[in-house]
Amino acid sequence: MEAKRRLSPKGVLRGNGVPIMFFFLCALGVLASGKPFSFLLQETISRMARNSFIVLSLVIPIIAGLGLNFAIVLGAMAGQAGLIAVAAAKIKGLPGLFTAVVVAFPLALLLGWAAGSIMNRAKGREMIAGMILGFFMNGVYMLVFLFGAGTVLPIKDPRMILPQGYGLRNTVDLQVVKWSLDNLLKVRVGPISLPLATFAVTALLSMGILRLFSTKLGQDMRAAGQDFRIAEVAGIKVDRTRMVAMLLSTVLGAIGQILFLQNIGTLNVYDSHGQTGTFAIAALLVGGATVTKATVGQALLGTFMFHLLFIVSPYAGQNLLGSAMVGEYFRAFVAYAVIAFSLALHSLQRSKMAVRR
Amino acid sequence: MAQEYVLEMRGVSKEYYGNYVLKGVDLKVRAGEIHGLVGENGAGKSTLMNILFGMPVIHSTGGYEGEVLLGGETVRFLTPGDALAAGIGMVHQEFMLLPSFSIAENIKLNREPLIPTPLSRLFGTRLSRVDMPKVRSDARQALDTIGLGIDEMLPVLGLPIGFMQFIEVAREVDKMGVRVLVFDEPTALLTESEADQLLAALKRIASSGVAIIFISHRLEEVLTICDNITVLRDGEVVTTTPASGATIQMIAELMVGRQTERPDLGQRPIEPSDDDIVLELTNLEVDMPGEEVKGLSLSVRRGEILGIAGLAGQGKIGISNGIMGIFPSRGSVKKDGEEIPLNRPGEAYKRGIAFLSEDRKGVGLILDRSIDSNISVVASLVKGDFLRSLPLGLRVRDRKAATAYAEQAIKDLDIRCTGPAQLLRHLSGGNQQKVCVARALALRPEVLLVSEPTRGIDVGAKEKILDLLVSMNRKQGVTIVLTSSELAELRRVSDRIAVIYNGKLVDILSPDDSNAKFGLAMAGKKVSEA
Amino acid sequence: MSLRERILKTVSDLGLPRVTVILFLIGLFVLGAVQGVPIADLISNSIGRFGMNAMLTLSMVPAIQCGIGPNFGLPVGIIAGLLGLVISMEFGFTGFTGLFTAAVLGLVLGAAFGVLYGNLLNRVKGQEMMVGTYVGFAVVSGMCMVWLLMPFKNPRLIWTLGGEGLRFTISLKDFFSNVLDNFLAIRAGAFKFPTGLILCVAVAALLYRLFEYTRLGTAMDLAGQNEQFARAAGINVEKMRVTGTAISTAMGALGIVFYAQSYGFVQLYTAPLMMAFPAVAAVLIGGATPKSAGISNALVGTLLFQTLLAITVPVTQSVISGDISEIIRLIVSNGMVLYALTRGHGGGNNGS
Repeated sequence: MEAKRRLSPKGVLRGNGVPIMFFFLCALGVLASGKPFSFLLQETISRMARNSFIVLSLVIPIIAGLGLNFAIVLGAMAGQAGLIAVAAAKIKGLPGLFTAVVVAFPLALLLGWAAGSIMNRAKGREMIAGMILGFFMNGVYMLVFLFGAGTVLPIKDPRMILPQGYGLRNTVDLQVVKWSLDNLLKVRVGPISLPLATFAVTALLSMGILRLFSTKLGQDMRAAGQDFRIAEVAGIKVDRTRMVAMLLSTVLGAIGQILFLQNIGTLNVYDSHGQTGTFAIAALLVGGATVTKATVGQALLGTFMFHLLFIVSPYAGQNLLGSAMVGEYFRAFVAYAVIAFSLALHSLQRSKMAVRR
Repeated sequence: MAQEYVLEMRGVSKEYYGNYVLKGVDLKVRAGEIHGLVGENGAGKSTLMNILFGMPVIHSTGGYEGEVLLGGETVRFLTPGDALAAGIGMVHQEFMLLPSFSIAENIKLNREPLIPTPLSRLFGTRLSRVDMPKVRSDARQALDTIGLGIDEMLPVLGLPIGFMQFIEVAREVDKMGVRVLVFDEPTALLTESEADQLLAALKRIASSGVAIIFISHRLEEVLTICDNITVLRDGEVVTTTPASGATIQMIAELMVGRQTERPDLGQRPIEPSDDDIVLELTNLEVDMPGEEVKGLSLSVRRGEILGIAGLAGQGKIGISNGIMGIFPSRGSVKKDGEEIPLNRPGEAYKRGIAFLSEDRKGVGLILDRSIDSNISVVASLVKGDFLRSLPLGLRVRDRKAATAYAEQAIKDLDIRCTGPAQLLRHLSGGNQQKVCVARALALRPEVLLVSEPTRGIDVGAKEKILDLLVSMNRKQGVTIVLTSSELAELRRVSDRIAVIYNGKLVDILSPDDSNAKFGLAMAGKKVSEA
Repeated sequence: MSLRERILKTVSDLGLPRVTVILFLIGLFVLGAVQGVPIADLISNSIGRFGMNAMLTLSMVPAIQCGIGPNFGLPVGIIAGLLGLVISMEFGFTGFTGLFTAAVLGLVLGAAFGVLYGNLLNRVKGQEMMVGTYVGFAVVSGMCMVWLLMPFKNPRLIWTLGGEGLRFTISLKDFFSNVLDNFLAIRAGAFKFPTGLILCVAVAALLYRLFEYTRLGTAMDLAGQNEQFARAAGINVEKMRVTGTAISTAMGALGIVFYAQSYGFVQLYTAPLMMAFPAVAAVLIGGATPKSAGISNALVGTLLFQTLLAITVPVTQSVISGDISEIIRLIVSNGMVLYALTRGHGGGNNGS
C-alpha cells in the first residue's frame, strides 16, 4: 500500500515528461522508417522478450537508494561465464540453460558482493563507483578469459581456444542452447510469434519484484533508498539491506544476460556485455523511471519504446539522411543523452530537497 | 521509596580529556511528570542526554561517573538501541522522517507489524509481509493519542513543518513500553499556535503516565507546562525547583552565572563615546536559520569592545553574519556614516570590517592549504595585499611575504605547528582558531566582528585569544564587536554589553550590572518593565 | 621512528594502489634488465607516451581545483580539439602552421564549449562526475553523426567510396605528424627524446602554475577548497567553476592535438569515448584526490602510469603472448579511481 498521491493533470504531464517525449520520438521514427508496423512490432516483441528481464533487474537497486546500477555488467559477465562453461561442456537445450544459470549463480553472488561492498563504502557516489567497478571487472574478466581459458580453465575445444593454446576466441557459438527457452512455448498470434516461455519467466520476475516490496525487506529497502541516515537511526541495517539489493540485482542480471544470449545464439566474449548496462539503464529511464524511483511498469514500457526506437533508427536514418549509420549513431546518442538528462534532473531534485530542509 | 521515580540520575559526572563538562548532576523525574531542563549552550544538557541515551561518543571517551536508575534499577546503556529497548525515547529537533513514506509508515518505521509467510519461515523474518492495515491502525491510534486528526496515509512530503514535529512525537508514543520521553527544543521551528498544540499534546502524553524531560530555551513555555525545573550551569545543577514558584527572571538569572573579577585591561588614548560612532545598525533584519534578527538598531562606538549577549536562538549570532552579507538581510548598516550594501559578501571586507565566524569549519578553515595561505588569502583577494608585480603588469601572490608574515603571526599568537607551510588540517582546534585570528589581523581591520571565539577551545587557548582581542583593541585601536554565549567572557572584556532577545535589542548593560538585570534582559525584559 | 614504522607510514600516506603501481614498475624494470630488454627503448617509449598524454592529464587540474572534481567530461574538450585538427587539415595546412592552426582553433572552441559545459555543471552540483561522463558520451555520440554528415572536401579526410563524411582514422602523414616530437629532438641510436613536445608540456605547466598565483587563480582555488568560505569572501563561486571548466576543456583540446601529432593519426567517431578515464586515473595516481590537485600530481601520475603501460608488453613478452597492456590499463586505472572514490573524505554530504 503506497502513500496516497495527489494527482493533477499538470503533475502527471510533468512527472512523465521523458516517456511522453519518447513516445513522440518513436512515432516519428516509425513513420520515417517506412517499414510496415507488423514487422516493427515483431522485431520489438522479440527484443522485448530477451531484454526485459535485465531491465527489470535494475528496478531493485533504484528503490534501495543505489541509483542506476552501472555495475549490472558484473552480473552480465557472470552469466556469460556460465554460458562459456556450458558451451565448452556442450550441454544442450534447457538443461544447458539451467546449468549456465547454476554456474553463473555463485559467480554473480561473489561479484554482487564486491559491488555491494564498494557501494556501501562510496555512499553518495554509488553510480560512478559502480561504473568504474564495471570497467575494472572488465579488465579482470579479460584477464581470466584471455589467459585463464585453456590453462586454469579446462577448455580444450580448438574452436573456442586461440591457436596459441590459451585464450578464448572472440566468438563462442551458442548453438547448443540457442532458443532453448524461446522455443519452449512459441505461439503465433496473427503475423507475430511470441516466445511465451520467456515472457512467462519475465512475468514471474515482475511479480516477484512486486511481492518483494510488500515484505519487510522491501520496506527496509524503500526506507534506506529515501534517506539512509534516517533509516540507520531508526535501526534498519542499511548496509546489509543495500547489499541484498545488489546481490539480487547482480544475480538477476546474470540470468537476464543468459536469457538475452540464448536468443541471440552467439556470444562475443569480449563485447557482448559492453553495452548491456548502458542500454538497459537507458531503457528503464525511457519508461519514466528516475535515479530514485522505478516501477515494474516503467521497466516494461521503457524496454518496449527503447527497442522500438532502436529498430527504426537505421531505417529512418536511411530515409531521412541517406545513411543508415547515422541512424545507428543516433540511437547510441539517444541512450547516452537520456542517461545524462536523468542524472542532471536527479541532481536538480536533490538540491531542491536540500534547500527545503 | 526507590520506585517513586521513573528516572533517576545520581551524581552523574563526565569529563572529556581532563575537562569536566558535568559535575555531580542529580535529576529525578516521576511517572507522568513534565520536568524542564534549562541551561545555556555548553551547560551540559546535551551531554547529560547523551549519557541517558547511551550514545557512543560517551563511551569512546571514557564513559561516565555516577548512576542512572530506571524504575529503581541501575542501568548502563552502551548503545542507543539499549536505551530505546528500555523505554527511553527522544524527539529530536531534526526531523527523522522519510518524505515519500506515508505518515503511518513513518510512525511505524522499522517496527512494522509483520505476517509470516512460507518464505520467511525458511529465510528469515525480513521476508515476512508487512501488515499494512495494522500499520494504519496503530498509527491512527498514536495520532489520536496526541490529538492530531490528519489522514495517516498522506505522504510526509509537503506537510507543514509543524505537522512533522507531531509525527515525530506520534512515533515515540507508539513505541511500546515508553517510560521516559525527552523533548529537545520541540517548539523551535513551530508557529505559536502549533507550539500551543504541541504543548497540549505533551500534557496528554504525560497524563498517560510517561515521564517527560522538556529541554527548551523558551522559558515561558517551560514555566507553562513543566511541573519541576532543573537549571544547569557549567555542568552543575544550580537548582531544582517546582515551576509554580518560579519566574522567568529567576530562571534566567540562575542560568547566567556568577560575577567574576574584571582585570584591568589598560587605558586607551581616547575612551570610546557616543560622539564617535563607527558602525550604525538600523532596523537590521537577518534570515539566518535558527538565529533570526527581526529589527535591530544599535550603534557601535569607535574603539570600544562591544559585547553581544543573548540566549541561543535569539538572534545574536545573526547580527555579524548579516553585516558580512552571509545571510539574506534587510535594513541599514552604515560604516563611518556610509551605507554598506547588504547581501553582498565582500563589501564589508572592503570597508575595513573583518569577521571571525562561529562556523569555523564552514567559513573559516581551508584545511588542505598551508598556514601562510590561510592567513594571507583573504587579504590578497579582497585588499590586494601580499601581492607582487611581475613584468607585463601581472600581479601574483607573494609567497615570501606571506610566509614571513605567517612566521611572525606564529610567534605572536603562539601557534603550535611545524612551520608556515604546514597544512591547516594537522593543527589542533585551538591552533586553527588562532590561524583564523591571524587572518583577521592580516586584514588590518578597523572593526573586527568576532563570533563565539572560544567555543570548543581548551582553557589555555581561550585566555590567549581573549588577551589577543584586548590587545588589538588597546594597542591598535581596533573596534571589536564580540558575540558570545559565555556571559562571563563578555563581562571580562567588554565596555558595554548588548542583550538580544527574539531578534531585537532588549537593553545595553554594563559588565558590572547585576545578575538579575542580565537574567531579565536575556529573558526579554528590560529593567523598567520588571 | 623505526624503519618498519617509517615504511608503514609511507605506504599509508601514499595509499595502497600508488604503492602497488610503483612496486610493479620497479619489478618490471628489474625483470626487463634481467631479460636483456634494451633499456634505452623502454625509456624512450616511456618519455614519448608521457609527452603524448601529459597535457590531457594536466587538464584535470583546473577542474579539480575549481571544485567540479575530475573532469569526466573531457571528451567535450577532445571534440573541440578534433574539430580544430580536421579543420586545419581540411584547409591543407601542414607543418607548424597546421599544428598551430589546429591548436588555436582547438583552444578557442574548447574554451567556448567549456563555458557551456561549466554552466551545465553549475546546475548539477554534487553529481558532476556522473553527469560529466554521460554528457561526454552523448557529445561524442552526437558528433559521430556530425562527422558522418560534415561537408568536408579534402580527399585525404573523407571516405573514398562514399564520397561524403570523414573517415574513422585520418593519417597525419604529410600534414603535421610528429612535428613537435621531432623539433629539436635528441637522438642516440634507438633512443629519442621528443624535445619540442616536452618543451610545450613544460611551458603549459609553468603557465598554469603562474595562473595559480594570480588573484583569479587563487580565487578559483578557494572556491574549490571551501565554497562557503569563498562566498563569504565575496567570490562568485559559480563563475569560478565555469572558469575552471573552460580552462580544463581548452587544455583538453590542446591535449588531443599534442596526442594526435605524436600518435600520427586523428581518431574520430567513438575513439574519444573513454579518453577521460586514463587522464583521471593518472592524476589520481600522481597523488591528487577528487578535491585537491596540483600540477605535480598530473605530471608524476602521467609518468608513472604511461611508463607502466609502455614497459609491460616488451618486458612480459617472453612469458605472456597477447596484449596484456589493455588489461593492465583497465585494471590499474580503474582500480586507482575506485580507491579514490571509496576513501571516506571529510564532510562528503555533497558528493555524488
